[in-house]
This record gives sequence, C-alpha cells and structure tokens, in this order.
Amino acid sequence: MTPCYAPVVPTTVAAPATERSRHSAVVRMTHWITVLCFAALLVTGVEILLSHPRFYWGETGNVNMQPLFTLHVPSSRSMVPTGYAVLPDQNGWSRYLHFEAAWLLVLTGIVYVLASLWNGHLRRDLLPAREQRNWKAYTAVLGRYLHRAPVKEDGAYNVVQRAAYLGVIFGLLPLLIWTGLALSPAFASVAPRAVEALGGRQSARTLDFFATIALVLFFVVHVVMVTLAGFWSRTRAMVTGVVKEEQL
Amino acid sequence: MSMTRRRMIAATVAAGAGVSVAGVAARLARRYGLVPPDSGGIYGPGETLTYATQRLMTTHSTAREFSRNMISKAPFANEIPPLKEEFKRHQAAGFKEWKLTIDGMVAHPASLSLADLKTLPKRSQITELACEEGWSYIAEWIGTPLFEVLHAAGMLPQARYVVYRSIDRDWWESIDMADAMHPQTLLTYGMNDDDLPVKFGGPLRLRLPRQLGYKSLKFVDSITVTDSMKHFGKGLGSSSPEGGYAWYAGI
Repeated sequence: MTPCYAPVVPTTVAAPATERSRHSAVVRMTHWITVLCFAALLVTGVEILLSHPRFYWGETGNVNMQPLFTLHVPSSRSMVPTGYAVLPDQNGWSRYLHFEAAWLLVLTGIVYVLASLWNGHLRRDLLPAREQRNWKAYTAVLGRYLHRAPVKEDGAYNVVQRAAYLGVIFGLLPLLIWTGLALSPAFASVAPRAVEALGGRQSARTLDFFATIALVLFFVVHVVMVTLAGFWSRTRAMVTGVVKEEQL
Repeated sequence: MSMTRRRMIAATVAAGAGVSVAGVAARLARRYGLVPPDSGGIYGPGETLTYATQRLMTTHSTAREFSRNMISKAPFANEIPPLKEEFKRHQAAGFKEWKLTIDGMVAHPASLSLADLKTLPKRSQITELACEEGWSYIAEWIGTPLFEVLHAAGMLPQARYVVYRSIDRDWWESIDMADAMHPQTLLTYGMNDDDLPVKFGGPLRLRLPRQLGYKSLKFVDSITVTDSMKHFGKGLGSSSPEGGYAWYAGI
C-alpha cells in the first residue's frame, strides 16, 4: 500500500490582510477526494440497487419472499416483478467502481483522521467547546437558522455544524463501510459477528440503503447552507484555503 | 502560497518513498499470488486491493453455516440461459452419462460419472447463496469437496488456479488454490436432502460459499488445473470479466 504523507504542520498561508486562512491543505484535499468518492459510490450504488429494488429484514430475502418494502422503480433484471420495462445491466462496472471508490474513501478517511488528531483540527475545529456541550447551545443556533437570523461565523464552525460533521465522519461513513462490508461473504467468513450484530445479511443491505439516504440528506443540507453562506466564496475557500474577510 | 524549500524536499522524498514502496508492494503481491487475473485497466488498483486484502484475511476462514431451521422455504433459482440439446439429452437419460473431466496439471487425468463422484467422501453444508444483485437464500448443499477430487487426480505442486466450466462453454470460471483447496468448496450434487434440481444447477454445481453466487457455476462438467490464466479465454481469469464482472467475487 502506498503510504500517504500528510503535511503535519498546519498550513501557514501568507494571506493579505483582507483574507483569512480557512481550511488546511489536508482538509481541502481530503474534502474533494471524498466528494469524488461520494459521487462514484452514489451513482454505482443506485445502479446496483436497480438490479434488485426490494429490501428485506433478517438474513435472507429474494423475489419469492415478502419484502420489507419495494421501491417503485424499473429494474435491470427481468426476474424482478416491477411492472416496468427492463433496464440495461450496469452492475459489472458499477461493482468494480463501487469498491474502488470505497477503498479510496477509506484510505482518505484514514489520512484525514490521523492528520486531524495530529494537527489539532479535530479538537480545535470539530469538537464543540466545553461550554457549548449543552442543548441550549444547539437550540440557540437552530433557532437563528429557523428565524433566518444571521449566524455569526467568525471563521469557526458553530456547534450544529460541528455535530453534523462529526456525525458524518465518525457515524454515517463508518456505518456505510460496515454495512457494505457485511455484504461481503468473504469478510463475513472472518467476522460473522459483524453481520449478526446488524441483524443478518439482508438487514445490513437495508441499513446500507438507509445510511445512504441519510448521507444524501446531509449532502443536500450542506450544499444549501454553503449556498446561503455564499457558494463561490465558500467553494473558493475549500479550494484555495482562504476566504475574503468581508465575505465572512 | 509559500512552499518552503524544506517542505519541497520533504514532499519529494515522501513522493519518492511512496512510489518505491508501491513498487515493492506490487512485486511482493505478484510473488505471493495477490494480484487477480483481471488487474488491468482503471479498476485494477481497487480490484487488486480487494482481492489481496481478502485473500490474506480469509486464508483459513470458513463461510458462515446456519442451523437447519434457517434453510429458506422459498429459495430462488434465478434465470438460466436456455438449455442446449446436449444438456437436454443428458437430462432425458437421468444424467447417467454426465461426466466430469479433470485435466491439466494433474498426474492422472480422469473422467468421473456422478456415481464415481459419490464414492468419494461426502460433505454437506448449510450456507447462504448471495447474488451480486442483492438477494439471497440459505440451503443445504451436499457433494464432494473439490480438494478430494484434486487429490485423487494427483494435482501437481505448481498448480495455481483451477478452471471449471459449464457444459455450455460460454460460462466458465476459475479460482485460486486457497479457494480450490478450501473444505467448503463443494462439487454439489444434492440440495436439501434431494438431488440438485436443474434450475439450481443440477446435476453438478461448484458451490463456493465465500464468494457471490455467480462464482458458483451451474452444470459443471470440466475441470482444468493450471499455473497461469493467460491462455484461457482473454486471459482475465473467467468469462465474468469478459462480460464486465470481477473475477474475484468475495464482495
């Protein structure tokens, strides 16, 4: 495996007085690689799902069994009764790309987490400050969002942002990796408990789908919030690392 | 952007180290048989990582086995390509003339009838068949472990892959020695206390419970032991990669 060398020194960007340093090089690189992986995993995941748009709970499930729920979409397999025409099979390349993107995402995640522990990004930018660890702090921010009142950014994430990012990084993404791996018969032969803890193979598949829905929801909210804050200035900040003082 | 000289040197050294470590890793992987036959192309790196990691992790692992009451009451056989005349003749004769040939890197090439196969040690397992599409079922599979047949044929030590083919030659697969010698890799002739039904792959199916369903080829009548997949089909390991699917289906 290629070791990934992450810059461990916090980037010191010599910004003009009107610009403020916002995202470190590690955050920017891992962010965009993650976007790429997310897109690839989502598209290929949908393609694979279309070969069997039915979900079950427990260990086994097939067209002869009662589904937990069915998505009313066409399928790429004639054996699945959908009432629609059969779509072309895209599973071959989708499966190759799904797992390749998953590898890239996992390796990127490892680099990100190690670098964030090392350079203090996790403690400084993501963990809520001690005095912010209460419901009041969350409801205050949410209240301002709901009333469309300006939420002061000041170059740091507010407590709701922190919770959302932490939830995705340490909750949703690991859950997606886990539920995905549980679908691997080879992985299951090494770690049968990892499948049983999820309620069985078909439960793992259903949970992988639910976690995907949750991640897509996060993505939508994330893009909406970025747009409200100023799409180009924030996107530019995630590319160049700096944001103009007056755009904060 | 201020890229100091020191950081530039560090980055260059890191990149150089990364490239050489990757080079050494690739050579080691090839030597220890951790590179799949379909490792070329843009999906090659991901496929190689998956195969190498799972091969190292699963050397001695066994697929999950279930209790008898977990056997699916409604298993799903999936679609099979239209049966050809040759198969229908065998079917009409009750598969009495069905032969499994074993050749390639073996001391004693052989041709076994189903009756011959049944004289070899019999094993059964209750395992899940999971399709790459997402559905699955559990059944009891009864048959002869592949390694018994390979031992009986006197497999040569340089063997690295076992190729197996459906009577319809459009469908053929191969597995590495870890899977070929695995105790759960079964030349299956029975299912749920009965003969293996034709729609489930009867009279003979190679069951490989640590990989997805498409590696458990139906209507198997030919086995070839080899040290290289180069000269089989397009050299990608099986008919699956030729149709766009991965050779290794452990996930």
